[in-house]
Amino acid sequence: MTPSQLRIIADNIRIDIIKSLAAAGSGHLGGSLGLADVFTQLYFQTLKHRPAEPNWSDRDRVILSIGHVAPVLYATLAHSLYFPIEELLTLRKLNSRLQGHPSRETALPGVEVSSGSLGQGLSVAVGMTLAAQIDKMDYRIFCIMGDGELQEGSCWEAAMSASHYNMKQLIAIVDRNYCQIDGNTNDVMELEPLIDKWKAFGWNVIQCNGNDFDELGMAFTKAISSIKKPNVIIANTIMGKGVKSIEGNYHWHGKAPTLLEADNFIRQILSSQL
Amino acid sequence: MTHYINKGNKAPKTGFGEGVLEAGWRNDNVIVLGADITTSVGLNLFKETYPQRFFSFGIAEQNCIGVAAGLALSDKIPVFSTYGVFAALRTTDQIRVSLCYNNLHSVIGGAHAGVSVGPDGATHQALEDIAVLRSLPNITILSPCDATQTKFAVIAAIEQLNSPVYIRFGREAVPDFTLETTKFDIGKAQELHSGNDLCIVATGNMVWEALQSAHQLKENGINARVLNIHTLKPLDEKAIIKAAVQTGAILTVEEHQVFGGLGSIIAEIVVQHHPVPMEFIGVMDCFGESGQPSELMQKYGLTSKHIEEKAIHLLKRKLT
Ligand SMILES: [Mg+2]
Repeated sequence: MTPSQLRIIADNIRIDIIKSLAAAGSGHLGGSLGLADVFTQLYFQTLKHRPAEPNWSDRDRVILSIGHVAPVLYATLAHSLYFPIEELLTLRKLNSRLQGHPSRETALPGVEVSSGSLGQGLSVAVGMTLAAQIDKMDYRIFCIMGDGELQEGSCWEAAMSASHYNMKQLIAIVDRNYCQIDGNTNDVMELEPLIDKWKAFGWNVIQCNGNDFDELGMAFTKAISSIKKPNVIIANTIMGKGVKSIEGNYHWHGKAPTLLEADNFIRQILSSQL
Repeated sequence: MTHYINKGNKAPKTGFGEGVLEAGWRNDNVIVLGADITTSVGLNLFKETYPQRFFSFGIAEQNCIGVAAGLALSDKIPVFSTYGVFAALRTTDQIRVSLCYNNLHSVIGGAHAGVSVGPDGATHQALEDIAVLRSLPNITILSPCDATQTKFAVIAAIEQLNSPVYIRFGREAVPDFTLETTKFDIGKAQELHSGNDLCIVATGNMVWEALQSAHQLKENGINARVLNIHTLKPLDEKAIIKAAVQTGAILTVEEHQVFGGLGSIIAEIVVQHHPVPMEFIGVMDCFGESGQPSELMQKYGLTSKHIEEKAIHLLKRKLT
């Protein structure tokens, strides 16, 4: 797929994120929009997967460590035909398979693992990679993490173990948007020098603009060709990307749009395509 | 009824290690994770026999639980063990979300249970692990009474279940008295001594002490039933209700906090179904300390003598 085709898919995913959050009346809009391009790149370009056969044993695994951006996972899965797009409107509602944070209990196709308590996903991904190594399987394990999440010490326990076991099949993606609930990551708890930290833990570090398909494509290609080290893609994204009026505004980390705002946001996305 | 004799003192961790080895011999999917104290939890046996299925993760318990979840999601059966204080308490959120919410088959060994850990003192004496973990949905909690039963408990955990399991055991070599031929039935209380005057409900290494007190009581004409609760969750409620109905007095005995431990577990059932006088032996809302194991068991009121005295006191309450 060409970058411009991917961009159209990403915009449609953004529109469904907005619709599902407006219908839910709560949820995390900013990070979900910011990651729409990363998810599109993953599911429509990079991943080895079969939406009609979600438990295919050779599939690449995706662990959403930052469970709160479930809306972007759900919308991407629906657009990949894991389940009907209409189901996105049940987000966060009683008896829905689309729980506020991904749940394996509801058996939503495409959800590998329940997540939402920060700092646990990379450990689970390390365990999955270890199993792949034991079984001599060559599928890849992608773990999507937040930048604020990296303040959890357990992430670094996991990082240390991934390089100890030369987990070249493991690809962590850090959503580097400098935003977390209390504000800018620089103010809440400094993460820099972030690249040096990952390097010091023995990882292959790749940086890219996480809202640019040319750069994302190159970053994933690099990560996939690693010969020994685990890989981290630090994807610089803009929280709220695609909706100009809220881009970069951390107040939209944990908020859902009203129906009126949703209408306005969707129009901003559509008009940017002209 | 079998008369149980001490075949010789043996550390439960040895039974744990033997059980993992045996189950691992039968099933290649058994994977063991080490957190730097492999020998002191009895897993060195597995490590030496199956080095390709043993993975060291260092002093990083939270990571170990997540790794166990990832392995279980990939059809492996992970076994992870460290001291109970770390296995259950440092990692509680990881156990809650990564293992229990996902309902993944995994075995966590909680070693160094109770004050009988001895000189290491309070930080290393697990006294709250049952209380915390029993509130988590999907988990099974086993508390075998000696080394032999610990072996069969871990084999059952690996071969009979398909969900998270916590197995608790102590550090000291304690009387090994259960039989190799006894089947380990998860969720079933074991009646080790019969009697209808009162029922002593015990778990872990306190079961042997309970048996000794029952023998002593018998010499004084008191017939105490002794139940071994090797499965704290799910509880054999029927056996407890039956004991309440038939004996009319229940004494619980554990090397753990009574609050949230066996005392609470049994009381919850008794008050709902057939309230009878109850007494509790266990640690009463305090931390442990350094000392020799036997000195500590004495100081914290955890010997057969203490059980006997409490039983007589309970019987008086029942009869007045
Ligand atoms: Mg962020």
